[in-house]
Amino acid sequence: MDYTMQFSVVWNNVGLFIQGVFLTLQLALTSIAFGLVLGVLGALGRTSGNKILNAIAVAYVEFIRNTPFLIQLFFFFFGLPGIGLRLTPWQASVLALAINFGAYSTEIIRAGIEGIGKGQIEAGMALGLSKLKVFRHVVLMPALGNIYPSLVSQIVIAILFTSVVSQISAEELTFVGNFLQSRTFRSFEIYLTIAFLYLGIVWFVKFLAFLIQQKFFSFMQYIR
Amino acid sequence: MTGFLFAQSATDQFTLDVIVRNLLLATRWTIALSAIAFIGGGAVGFLIMLFRISPNKILRYISAAYVEFFQGTPLILQLFLTFFGLSVLFNLNLSPWAAAAIALTTYTSAFLGDIWRGSVQAVPQGQWEAGTALGMTYFKQLKRVILPQAVRMSIPPTVGFAVQVIKGTSLASVIGFVELTRSASAISNVTFKPFLLFSIAAVIYFCLCFPLSVLSKQLEKRFATDG
Repeated sequence: MDYTMQFSVVWNNVGLFIQGVFLTLQLALTSIAFGLVLGVLGALGRTSGNKILNAIAVAYVEFIRNTPFLIQLFFFFFGLPGIGLRLTPWQASVLALAINFGAYSTEIIRAGIEGIGKGQIEAGMALGLSKLKVFRHVVLMPALGNIYPSLVSQIVIAILFTSVVSQISAEELTFVGNFLQSRTFRSFEIYLTIAFLYLGIVWFVKFLAFLIQQKFFSFMQYIR
Repeated sequence: MTGFLFAQSATDQFTLDVIVRNLLLATRWTIALSAIAFIGGGAVGFLIMLFRISPNKILRYISAAYVEFFQGTPLILQLFLTFFGLSVLFNLNLSPWAAAAIALTTYTSAFLGDIWRGSVQAVPQGQWEAGTALGMTYFKQLKRVILPQAVRMSIPPTVGFAVQVIKGTSLASVIGFVELTRSASAISNVTFKPFLLFSIAAVIYFCLCFPLSVLSKQLEKRFATDG
């Protein structure tokens, strides 16, 4: 091992790394927001009782979950222009990430909806709670509390997935790494730094998730 | 390595059946890499699981950090770190094939190690105590009492994770390993038919992954009802 590590390439380009972190967060946040909308729609389709809507939702979920994200991304970015839909790298990335996240969250949200017992609602009514209060305290919050842990881990996975969009040269953290690597050839130092930046982002998100859980879902420990 | 033939005038000669045949040939490498990652990752993952449940604090911390690193960083960066990083660090000239095999093995081992740790810890503590009461050693308790029960619980998520491994191998294409995704890109570059190529590739991946997903779900149901 005669290689001397030089992290000066990192210090000299600290601004680029910070920019990369923010672009990654922006990309993740945008696509997760759109993805959640798709997930709610998908879950409604799955639980609607309508056969056609259910079949569409199942096909969507299974097809996305059983193909690699990179192929989905290439399909949207390179494939769609073939049928006349040209997207910028950023648009294709948000679209692919949102559709991917939507499929996974569909299943998570469906489980949450199906987890609410009918007897619970009746119990709430029997206690004289108003319909709105039953919805809020008996249906919505426990359902959210049920799906919250799996949703958080899926969000973490989605954040890590954003790195893949560097392959269609959408600008985010990994793209910054590839860019600097090709100029300085300090690949190990750069990629190690970026790996730890992702780890930092993941820990930050997990910490935020923990705070949110303490604030809103602490009642969950009394359920079951 | 892929067995694909660069035709002189690409668009004419890459008919649909030639494309499909080339993609299926490339699928062999996707399967080979998945198998290596799963077998190698299983072996290392078993060790990680042993470390994670070990009574030794240091082993527990080391293995927890290992799992945290590989679960908390993107697979694509792990591939870059292995391919570019190990090459400069140890002055190795790793082939894409070797780098992909190493990176996917470590990635798989972290996840399988964590899945199996969960299964082992789901076995009630009283089972260990019963083993101790019968005068069994630590490893005998593990082998005769704990693992047989943990294995049952761990099979459905392990099969489910195989799907993640197969999908993960597509990322090996970015360091130049020629498998299904890389072949689809390469052929679409000469034929200018990305829509067709990535659709076929997606269908092939689906045919590999979907049966495993279904199997995993069925096993989960069966084990849940067996109690």
